[in-house]
Amino acid sequence: MANASANPSAARGLRARLSGLTSRIPLLAWLLGALVAAGLEQWVGIDVAWGVGLPKIPVLFGLVTMLKSPVLIPGILAYVLSIYLIPLFLVARITAPLANKVAAWLLEKPLVISLMVHLLIIFGIMHIWSDISDYRNLTVRLTLIAVMMTLSLNVINGYMGEFSCSHPGFMALGAYVTSIFTVGLFVTDKLFGQAILPAWLGPWLFPVALICGGFAAAIGALAIAIPSFRTRGDYLAIISLAFMFIVKSVIENSEFVGGPRGLSSQPDYADLTTVFVVAAICLWMINNFVTSILGKATNAVRDDETAAEAMTVNTRRTKMVAFMFAAFWAGVAGGLFAHVLRYVNPGTFGLQKLAEVLAMVYFGGLNSVYGSIVGAVGISLLGEALRPLEILKWIIIPLLLILVMIYRPTGLVAFKEFDMRRILRPKQD
Amino acid sequence: MALLEVKNMTHYFGGLRAVNDYNLQIEPGQIRGLIGPNGAGKTTIFNLITGIYTPSEGSITFDGKNIVGLFPHQVASLGLGRTFQDLRLWRHMTVLEHVMMARYSKLDYGFVGAFFGTRKRYQQEEACRQMAMDLLKMLEIEHLADQVVINLPYGAQRRVEMARALATEPKILFLDEPTVGMTPEELSQIMEVIRQVHRQFGLAIFLIEHRLKFVMELCEVIQTLVFGEVIAEGTPEEIQNNPKVIEAYLGEERVE
Repeated sequence: MANASANPSAARGLRARLSGLTSRIPLLAWLLGALVAAGLEQWVGIDVAWGVGLPKIPVLFGLVTMLKSPVLIPGILAYVLSIYLIPLFLVARITAPLANKVAAWLLEKPLVISLMVHLLIIFGIMHIWSDISDYRNLTVRLTLIAVMMTLSLNVINGYMGEFSCSHPGFMALGAYVTSIFTVGLFVTDKLFGQAILPAWLGPWLFPVALICGGFAAAIGALAIAIPSFRTRGDYLAIISLAFMFIVKSVIENSEFVGGPRGLSSQPDYADLTTVFVVAAICLWMINNFVTSILGKATNAVRDDETAAEAMTVNTRRTKMVAFMFAAFWAGVAGGLFAHVLRYVNPGTFGLQKLAEVLAMVYFGGLNSVYGSIVGAVGISLLGEALRPLEILKWIIIPLLLILVMIYRPTGLVAFKEFDMRRILRPKQD
Repeated sequence: MALLEVKNMTHYFGGLRAVNDYNLQIEPGQIRGLIGPNGAGKTTIFNLITGIYTPSEGSITFDGKNIVGLFPHQVASLGLGRTFQDLRLWRHMTVLEHVMMARYSKLDYGFVGAFFGTRKRYQQEEACRQMAMDLLKMLEIEHLADQVVINLPYGAQRRVEMARALATEPKILFLDEPTVGMTPEELSQIMEVIRQVHRQFGLAIFLIEHRLKFVMELCEVIQTLVFGEVIAEGTPEEIQNNPKVIEAYLGEERVE
């Protein structure tokens, strides 16, 4: 910020040149570029890494390695440039005219088709990129789950303007209910005994398990909503915080789900494909909701509830449904989380988790699907990248958050509507 | 039968009697005024009828239905629209969104439609958008449709609020001090808007006002409220010459 104001014309010139270079490139071309970059890494990544003096392919764009051994920074920069940035940009530039045509052609069809094509490419990129190491795979899956958590919390804290602290509680409910479903039915283990159904049915019934987890969380949300939505104010924050602790201690004291030791041996159902598909559905549904008039009613409730009532908006129903809807997706995210780690214990769903999700929401931006994605991906990757700093990490991330709060009080990309058509459109005159 | 009928309505805030034995009858298409000094209980009467408060005693029937105890949104969707003295616009929403939001109770695609984006939802919202644009055109603010309301000048905000109230398809419109904080120029504009709305939709209008000139020009029947009690009711001329009204407004002793 200070830099830009010190030398505005130079900054503007640079920005103008950059946007001149990229303004005609549609999303489709960028995705193709990323796909090629990911493929390139798969193909020659290890040779390039050795060539620039790295012991192996840098896992998270070399961010971790940079902090661990600063000597390798030039090598990492060379790697990132030659494997990611240059191919990405070149391919995007070269395919832009063609991609523009394709994007225009796709948009003439129903929106779903264009959406599916883009999602498929995004999935391809993630799949190829995360194929390099298990760590990458895990990070991608956890990031997608973080996106789901952030999006759903944004519905309450951003769109509806209430302050809910119970998201880890909903996540825990979802995680445990889903785990009990799958472990109880398909796995022979000490807690639940013999498997009841054949194991091959498991993956097919996994969506049912997730939905059960979601509904469990939604019912939990109802228990909070009934007392706290009679009036506006701080009640929800307090009651939801209490709810989170209640859920945690109930699980800790329930021996049949393992108590504080946690619940393990979940089957390996939540692979990248499953997580990606569920996250995409979550994003689609939440975006559908917040762009509909029934969903925008949450905004009216936030900005002026009395006026909303006077304009025929059923505010009570709006608040309840939005809250339960958000809880549902937190529950589903919890179910996925349990099956990604294949182990859950109640300690996971405490204040630390709450702080993490809240940070993602407020960092990314209130009232914005974009913002939620930015916040979740940003904080997740930052958290992973700063891991070598250990305890310092929990100084840097909050500091960053404070800076965001000072300069952009509602978050990085707040109050921006996620217009699919705008994102997918071709960019040419 | 009267469109709106309030009988013997009394309301207490704790021990304080804010409204005492209030009666009102509004016929379809009538314009009525309610005047009175600050703190007389005018807005309280609005809030009682529109369901924000529930009266301690008395009955309110609208269109033949008893509306005491209904939620404000239920009262509003029966056809009782209102504006607010302090505007109460939704500060992060655009003009068009305001008007579309007021169609809430007329949409029946339900939450399933909202979650899954059904065809019905898009059809209904498109119809709703058309209707909202027509209203904005009528109030001459269609060029502001995509503006966020807090960026608009005061007069335009008033119009947005009017458009929003009209989008609920009211049979009777309650206007709470529509001229507050307006310049004389804006004043004559809003008067024209109210007249036009009245003509075009054949609404009944119930108006709270401070500026006597404004009420005298618009209303057919005027009530004067002092300390929660109606002290006079009649045509503008009758009210103007009523000694009790003069006393309430100007004090007992005239300064020569």
